[in-house]
Parts: sequence; structure tokens; C-alpha cells
Amino acid sequence: MPQHTFKRFDDELNELKERVLIMGGLVERAIRRALKSLNKYDMERAQKVIERDKTINALEVEIDEMTRTMLALRQPAASDLRFIISTIKIVTDLERIGDLAEGVAAITLQSENNPLTHLDSLNSLADAVVMQVNNALDAFARGDVDAALATIEGDKKVNKLFKGMQREHLSYMIEDPRQITVGLQATNIGRNLERIGDHAVNISEMTIYMVKGHDIRHVDHETAAALISGELEED
Amino acid sequence: MDTELKNKITIRDLKLWYGDFEALHGIDLDIYSGKVTAFIGPSGCGKSTFLRVLNRMNDRIPSCRVQGEVLLDGHNIYDAQIDVVQLRTHIGMVFQKPNPFPKSIYENIAYAPRIHGLVKDTQEMDELVENSLRKASIWDEVKDKLQQPGTALSGGQQQRLCIARTIAVQPDVILMDEPCSALDPIATAKIEELMDELKSDYTIVIVTHNMQQAARVSDYTAYFYLGDLIEHGDTHTIFTSPVNQKTEDYITGRFG
Amino acid sequence: MNKVKKTAPSTNFMSGTSNPRQKQRERADARFRWYGLAALGLAFAFLIFFFIDIIGQALPAFHQTEVKVTVNYAEAVKSNYNKAVEHKLRRVVSRAWLRTLPRYLAAHPDLVGTSRDEWVPADSRVDQYIKQHDGHGLKTKYQHIVDAMQKENRVRQVFNSGFFNSGDSKLPENAGILAAAVGSVFTLLLTMLVAVPIGVMTAIYLEEFAADNHLTRLIEVNINNLAAIPSILYGLLGLAIFINFMGVPRSSALAGGLTLALMTLPIIIIATRAALRSVPESIRDAAYGLGASSLQVVWHHVLPLAMPGILTGSIIGLAQAMGETAPLIIVGMMAYIPEPPTSILDATTVLPAQVYTWSTESLRGYGERTAAGILVLLTVLLSLNAIAVKLRNRAQQEW
Repeated sequence: MPQHTFKRFDDELNELKERVLIMGGLVERAIRRALKSLNKYDMERAQKVIERDKTINALEVEIDEMTRTMLALRQPAASDLRFIISTIKIVTDLERIGDLAEGVAAITLQSENNPLTHLDSLNSLADAVVMQVNNALDAFARGDVDAALATIEGDKKVNKLFKGMQREHLSYMIEDPRQITVGLQATNIGRNLERIGDHAVNISEMTIYMVKGHDIRHVDHETAAALISGELEED
Repeated sequence: MDTELKNKITIRDLKLWYGDFEALHGIDLDIYSGKVTAFIGPSGCGKSTFLRVLNRMNDRIPSCRVQGEVLLDGHNIYDAQIDVVQLRTHIGMVFQKPNPFPKSIYENIAYAPRIHGLVKDTQEMDELVENSLRKASIWDEVKDKLQQPGTALSGGQQQRLCIARTIAVQPDVILMDEPCSALDPIATAKIEELMDELKSDYTIVIVTHNMQQAARVSDYTAYFYLGDLIEHGDTHTIFTSPVNQKTEDYITGRFG
Repeated sequence: MNKVKKTAPSTNFMSGTSNPRQKQRERADARFRWYGLAALGLAFAFLIFFFIDIIGQALPAFHQTEVKVTVNYAEAVKSNYNKAVEHKLRRVVSRAWLRTLPRYLAAHPDLVGTSRDEWVPADSRVDQYIKQHDGHGLKTKYQHIVDAMQKENRVRQVFNSGFFNSGDSKLPENAGILAAAVGSVFTLLLTMLVAVPIGVMTAIYLEEFAADNHLTRLIEVNINNLAAIPSILYGLLGLAIFINFMGVPRSSALAGGLTLALMTLPIIIIATRAALRSVPESIRDAAYGLGASSLQVVWHHVLPLAMPGILTGSIIGLAQAMGETAPLIIVGMMAYIPEPPTSILDATTVLPAQVYTWSTESLRGYGERTAAGILVLLTVLLSLNAIAVKLRNRAQQEW
């Protein structure tokens, strides 16, 4: 894409994208670290995850400020406008993901004296979710509509894994009522992870809007694909 | 979008030459009734030339030659039997620089109705002058000085006087050629507000260099580049997700 | 990369310390102003000199010397007017006046046989002698007679109304500008009636309607050149077309007026085109945009706005025509015409031609009439130019 006649606007847009990706990187690492601390009973690491969420929050405020300034001063249109609007929304999603990761770390801290068991299904859910977030951010960074669509599709797998994990822990709790506390904690972590997956879907949807200008939220996958390929007119 | 869009002007394969130079390369465009259509594009893209095609103001340029169809309510305005004088009472025009006649405010409005014989007596003329000035939202500012020269008004008032003058012949279409380029932001805002009010009665076509203005006032936008119509669509779409990359580049300020 | 060595920059423009370059610059500026002022002063001095000279020479012409003599209205005067006054006074009184006596007596038969003292116009030489002009040409014998009469208060100076209400004469004391002035008015009226409408219409066509092609451009170039060719050529053209071909009487106001019209046309066309061009294109746009026809646009909007400019140009053109002599020599208007013309076909002369004719006469009395004629001509021309300026100012006030 050719440069703007006003070069500084290009610099600002690049800077904005960079900030969003940095925030994405921080958020991704927060999820990984929260899960690592859970698996290794590393309370110190969990504590760090909670503290680092402040950095994420600060970044959200900073990016919001940047977008506000650009809207007011540059009056962006078309792709620039869509990029900035998407950024505003994606940043909110990233911040929520950060909060959810912090939530995982908080549950880990609660379970200090009563470590969680049967973590396998939870870990596979976590791996899938981390993958989802990673793919969503990649698609955003590259403006890759296909990858974003694949990520949206991938949420079905996350949901399935969450359902499976929930059922598994339910059966443990039924077998052994002493497992109820840890079981609930594990299920809560699972729910957090599932929600992170939903945010990854939001990010992908905004990526598609950013690139194509079609709003595919709240439509089924086939309609979305038809909209994107131009077979269907938006109304 | 809207269910009942009616074509006021239909342009089909319109080409225009200045001598040997082809300035417009086969334009197809529908201008919808009761809507504001904005023409945008870089300087020299042919948008002003195209605007002047619509009321045959280009007839005044001897080397200018036009081919194709411009249908106003289905009648080709380039037909041999069309009376240009009558045509221009149907399609009025407002120019870039406010250009009131160096006569009184009243005379500015009354001139065209008089030469076209639109009124019978002075009382009717008084009413027409008042109505025109009211429609152009300038009545309150000038009602006490109708006999003063129109050129003594401020730039923005002059431009609204020119719009009132155009309205006085009761046209269907008003063409505006960068009507705010010589005005300050407040005067501009008043003209834009006026356009919004007028579009219920008239079909408005505006050429503008100011993209924000096109975005603010128009329902449809047409982007011209080097004598071609690159993209035409509803303003919302053009300004959020244009289809053509050239439009995209121009809209986002990546031009040149 | 080229290294530009900076000359020591003036230290600080606020410091108040003067630097040498500034001094130098200011001196150059001052010198430049003085050159201009000197040029202006020189031009002004010439003008003042000219006016003082002309006015100084012309003023005496507005006074005419009269002498009080005993007029003897004898019967014999009818056949020999010289008998009306004493023999020695025959060269003192105006011969032009003497010549009128027989006719006067015939008109007033009751005067026959009477005699009385009357103030009568003096001979031009006596006039010049009284005005103490060198080269008056009055013989010593008559000088003594006049001196004696002066002692007896029989000599006086009165306003020379004859200068304004009589035509040319072979006797300077009797010569006036009336014939030439009337001739000028006739000629100029004709010039105006012919040149202004044709010139304005030509300009309107060229400016508002003509296509921009080679023919139009050729015409334009030719019009511009015509404004600059020597005016005597117009005289030849007028001679060829109007007198030889169309048979217009020679020396007539018609011939002169048409010839001057030819000469004035390019000036009026150029001035009118400039005036039309200065009407903003936006006014035409506005009128055409409202559905006005070409005629309406030109008639209602362009012409009224251009009118002051057109008038200015026309007046300046006519003023030039008024002062023109060269082409009129060719069409025979440089002639001795004592009677004002009564029609445009009569033989006529014009003011500048009259001035020229007088200036070639040897008698001293014509000298001051030449200057007076110039003064009248200048007054008329300056008035015309003043009207032109006035019109232009009014035009600028309107928009």
C-alpha cells in the first residue's frame, strides 16, 4: 500500500499496530505463565502474572489515547478508519484476556495448600486456547482473512475441549466429594480459558472487518464466508 | 439501502473532448432524485468539467465536444431541439466564488424570474424573492436591506444569496461547484446545513475538494480520477470500505 | 557537498549597532529615490514652462485695443469706406471694421450725413504696439499718432469677444476661432457617431462571441497595429475611400469626421475589449447559469459593468481625434475658412488646423492668437480627460 502524503500519519499507524502487537505478546505470555505456575505450583510466578497485568492495563490506556488522538486529528477514512476502529475493539479484548489470565493465576494462588489434580484435559484446553490467541494475533498482524476465519472456526474445538474437561471434573467430584473444591477451581480455570477463546474469536472478527470492511459478527460461518468472498451483499 | 431510488439524471457513456484532448472517458453514472451526490477527486480529474456537462455550461467553450447521453428525467439534454436556456432553469448552478450581480439583493433574486417571465406583478415578485431568501436561510439577515448591493454582504452570505438566486427559478437540480472553497468554516457549516435542508426539494450535485465535506453532506459519492469515474456508491460505503484501491488511496490520503 | 562559506552574518538585528552593509543599502535606496524624484521634477518643470509660456503668450489675445475716433457717415463712405475717418487714422483703425461700414450704412440710412465719436477696433499693428510686443510693425509716424491719442484717453483695451464669435480673417484683429470650433464640433460629432457604435460592437463581437481561431487572432493583431500606425496614413485612406471613391466633398466635416473615425476605431475597440475583459468571468457564469441568453448576458450584465471603461476609452480616443491635424491636411481641412459651417458638407476647418494656419502667418497679431487657440484646445482636451477620469473613478466605486 502506498504511503500517506502526510508521512507522519504512516508512522503513527505503524506505531499503533506495534503497540497492539506488544500488548498481544504480553497477554499471550500471561496465559502461558499462569498455566505454568498452575502446573508447577509456582506461587511466585503466579504472583508475577498478577502484577504484570498492571502493565497490560497501562498499555490499554496508552493505546486508547493514541487512537483517540488519531481520530480527532487525522480524520481517518476507509482502511485507516477500519484499522483504528478494530484496534480500539481488539485492545479491549486483549485487556479482558489479560484479566482472565490474571484470574487463572489468582485461582492458582488460592490452591496453594490444596493443589489441583487431573490437569491433563485442562492443559490440552489451555494449549488450544493459547494457539487460538496466537493465531488471532498473527492474522491481525498480517491482515490474513483466511487465518482469521480459521481461528473463528477453531473456537468450536476449544468449546468441545472445555465441555469435555468440565464433564471429567464433574465425574471426579461425584466420585469423591472431597474433590469438589479443587474440581470447582479447575472448572473455573477452564471457563476462563474458554472465555479467552471467545475473545480470540472477537479479535479475528475485527481483523476481518479491518481488512474486508464486512461485519461478520453474529452471523453463521457460511454467511460470513459468502460475505467475505463477495458472493453476498451486505444489507 | 433505500427501496425507491429514482434516477433524476442518467449519464451513459459520456465522453468529452477539449480539442483533441479527451477529458472524460465514457462516464456512466446515475444521479438519484432528492439526494446529494458528491463528486470528489484530485485536481484535473474532470469532476468540475463533468458537473458543467450536466447543465451544458461547457457549451460556452468553443473547443469542447461531447458524446454520449445525459438524460434528465429521460430526456437527452444534448438533443438538438433542447433549449439550453430552458434547461438551465431546470438545472441551476452555484459557483466556486460567490458571484452576486453588482446590483441590489432584491434585484439579484428578481433578475432570473423576470427574464423568464415567471411572475405576473410586483406583489408576486416580492413573495418569490422572500420565499427564495427564506429557503436559502438568509432572509432574516437581509430582510431589512433588500435594496443594498449584494456585493456588500459577507462571503458566506453572498454564497447563500447565490443559492437563493438559483432557487428563485425553481429548478429541479442544483449543481454546486466547490461552493465553500472560498468560505470560512462557520460559513461553510451554514451552507452544508442549508444543503441538508434543500435536498428534500431538490436534487443536489456538489463538487468538492474537501473530502470531509463530501462525507458530511452527501448521500452518494463519485470518485473521479484522470477523466474516469473510478467508483460510485453510497457515501457510507465509499468512506468506510471503498471497493477500488484508487478510491481507497485517495480517501485515506495516500494519493500521489 | 558544496560548502558554502557564509559571510559573517550581521551580528544581531536587534542589537542596534549599525553594520556597514546596512548603511550601504540605505544609501543605495536613497539614491534610487532621488533619481526618480529628479526625473519627475524635470518632467514637471517642462510642463510648467510650457504652460507659463503658452498662457503668457495667449492672455493678450483675449484683449483687443480700441481707439476713439470721429466716424463720418458721409454718403461717399458707401463707395469708399476709407472716407469714414481722417486720412491719418486710416492705418490706425481696423480695416476689417472699415470694410463693414458701407453695409452698415446701407442698413441704417438715417445715419447718413451724421458724424460722431465712437470706440472702434484698432489695427492689429496698433494693438500690438499698445501691448508693447516686439515686432509690432507699426510705422514711427503712426506710433506718434497713437501715443498722442493715448494721452487724450482715446485708446482702451476691452475683452476680445470677437476671438470667440468670428471666423478666420486675413486681418489678425478680426480673426477668431468660431469657424474652427464649430467645425471641430461637427467633425467630432460625426467621428463619435461613426466610431463609437462600430467600435463597441466590433469589440463585443470579438470578445464575447468570436471563436478563438486564426482569423480572429489575425484581426486582433491588425487592430492593435492600426492603433499604432502614423495618423497621416488615415488621411490618405480617407482621401482614397471617402473623397475619391465615395465622392464626399473635400474639406467637409463629413470627410474629416469619417477619416478621424477610422483613426479612432482601433483605440475604441482596444479600450472596449479591455473593459469587457475586466468584467469578471464569474458574472457571465452567474447569468448563463440562471438561463440568460447571450444577448441578455451582454446587455444586462457585461455592458453596464464595462460601460465606464468603454466611455473612458471612447473619450480618450475622441480627445486624440480632436487634437489631430495630420490626416486632416490630406482631406483638405487645413484651409482658410472664415465662416462657420452650416452643414456637414460645407468646407470646414478644425481647431488644431486653425492653430497651425495662424502659426504660419508672419503678422505678430496671429502669434498671440495661435497661443490662445492652443489654450482653448488644451482646455477642451483636459476637460475631456477629466471626464474620462471621473467616469473611471465612478466605475471603481461601483464594484
